[in-house]
Amino acid sequence: MRKEVVIEVKNGKVKETINSFLSELLEKNLVSALLVPREVPSKDNVVQSLVTTSEGLKEANVFAPVLPVNSAEIISKMTRLTSYKSPVGIILKPCEIRALIELVKLEQASLDNLLIIGVDCLGTYSVSDYQNLCRQGNSPFEELVKKFKEGKEDTQLREACRVCEYPVPSNTDLTVGLIGVDFLKGILLKSCTEKGEEVLEKFSFPEFDQSKEREKLVSKYINEKIEKRDGLFSQTKEEVGGWENLLSVFSTCIGCHNCMRVCPICYCRECFFESPTFEFGSEKYLGWAQRKGSIKMPKDTILFHLGRMNHMATSCVGCGMCEQACPSNIPLLKIFKTVSHNVQEIFDYVPGRNLEESLPLTTFRENELQSVGEE
Amino acid sequence: MADFEPKIVGFLCNWCTYAGADLAGTSRMQYPPNIRPIRVMCSGSVDSAYVIRALLEGADGVLIGGCHPGDCHYVSGNYKERRKITVLKSILKTLGLDDNRVWIRWISASEGKRYADTISEMTSYLKKLGPNPLRKQWSL
Repeated sequence: MRKEVVIEVKNGKVKETINSFLSELLEKNLVSALLVPREVPSKDNVVQSLVTTSEGLKEANVFAPVLPVNSAEIISKMTRLTSYKSPVGIILKPCEIRALIELVKLEQASLDNLLIIGVDCLGTYSVSDYQNLCRQGNSPFEELVKKFKEGKEDTQLREACRVCEYPVPSNTDLTVGLIGVDFLKGILLKSCTEKGEEVLEKFSFPEFDQSKEREKLVSKYINEKIEKRDGLFSQTKEEVGGWENLLSVFSTCIGCHNCMRVCPICYCRECFFESPTFEFGSEKYLGWAQRKGSIKMPKDTILFHLGRMNHMATSCVGCGMCEQACPSNIPLLKIFKTVSHNVQEIFDYVPGRNLEESLPLTTFRENELQSVGEE
Repeated sequence: MADFEPKIVGFLCNWCTYAGADLAGTSRMQYPPNIRPIRVMCSGSVDSAYVIRALLEGADGVLIGGCHPGDCHYVSGNYKERRKITVLKSILKTLGLDDNRVWIRWISASEGKRYADTISEMTSYLKKLGPNPLRKQWSL
C-alpha cells in the first residue's frame, strides 16, 4: 500500500510544483474537482475553493501558513446531505483531517469518493498576521521555511501550531511530505491507501529513498513539540487554575459564541446554550439578582464555556480556531487543549486517530471507572 | 459555620434512586432534609451542563442517582452517565476547581436505607467542606 515517491522541484518553486501535480490530477480525470486553498485576488489571504479546471489552480497555495477556517466544517457542509459519486480531491492540513474524522464519526460528513491529500504543516499564522506579512511584500511561507531550516521557532505562529504534536497528517490517501525532506529540491509524495496508490500509478515519479531519515527527523520534531505542549499544560494550570483565575480569564468574554461557531467539533445545528432553555422572563432575572445580591449581565458566561468544554473535550483536535475567532483575545486554545488532553487520556482516545474508534461519550465498557459511583 | 445547612441538588433516576428515595420515605427512615430531588427518567439524561449550572447557582453539592451498573431500565444510560461525570470531574480538576461537590451513586429501588445513608453522608461531608464559594459570586 505504501509507496513513496519524489516530485522534483525546480528553482525552489515548491508551490508551483505541487500545483502542476494537482492540475494533472484534473487533466487525467483522476478527480472531478479539488478543494484547495487558493490565494484571493488581493493576495493577502488564502481561502478554500472548489476548483474544476487547471486554470483555477494557478493561484492555489497549499502550503500557505494560514488557516482562516478549519476545512472539516466545509467538507461537512459539502457532504452531509449527499456524498460524492465521483472522486473529489481535498487538500487539508493535519488538524483539518483529524477534525474531519471526528465529524464523520458524528455522522456530519461522508468520506465517500473523497481523495484526502494531507500536507505536512509547519504551522500557521493568525489571519491578521498572515495578511500583514503579505502586505509587507513578504512570502509568509518562504519566511517560515527560512526559520524552519535554521531550526528556529517562529514565535509569531499561532500558539495552537507552536505546541501541535501532529505536524504530519494521518488518515490520508496521499501525503505531501515536507518535514525531514529536502523539499526545496524534491517534495515527498506518499500513498497511504489503495486509492492513493492507484493515483500514484498514473505517474512515473522516482522513488523516495530517505524514508528512514525522514522518520527519524519527524519523530525528533514531534518530540520537541510534545515538550513545548507539556510546558503549555503546566503553564495553563498555573495561570487559569481556581475560580478566581478562571473568572478573570473569561471576564472579557462578550458572549458572541464565535468560539462555538468556528469549532469544527461543535456541530449541533442549534447550540444548547442558544436554545429556549436560556430564555427567561423578567422576574427570573430579578429573582436571581435578589438571591445573590447581583448578577452579571449577560448571564451564564462561565456556564457556556464549561458546558461547551464538557460537550466537545473528548473530540477537541486543538486547532485553535476558537482562539483565532475570539474578539477578546481570550487564550482559549491553551485552556481547551489542556482540559481535552486530560479527558482524552482517561479513555485512551486520540481524536482523528482512527475512524473505527467510537467516540468516548457514545460508548462504554462495563468494567471501567468502577471507583466512580462507589467511593 | 456551625449552623450551615448545605443545599444538595439531586438528579434521581425514575426507576431506581427515585423509587429508593420513596422507599426511604414510606419506611419512615430519618435523613437530613438537605436534598432537593429532581426526578429524571434516566441518570444518563443528566447533561453535565445541568450539574455545572447547579454549582454556579450556588448549590453546595450535586448528587446524581442511578440504577446499579447492569440494571439500567434503558440498558446503558448509567454507564454513559458514568463517563459524562468522569469527564466533568476531570475538567474541574484540571481547572483547579473542586470536583468533590459532585457525587454519583447507584441506589436501587429496594435500597431505601442506602439512599438515606447516602444523603446523611453527603450532608455531613458538605458541612465539613463549607459553603460553595460561588453562592455569593455574581460575576459568572
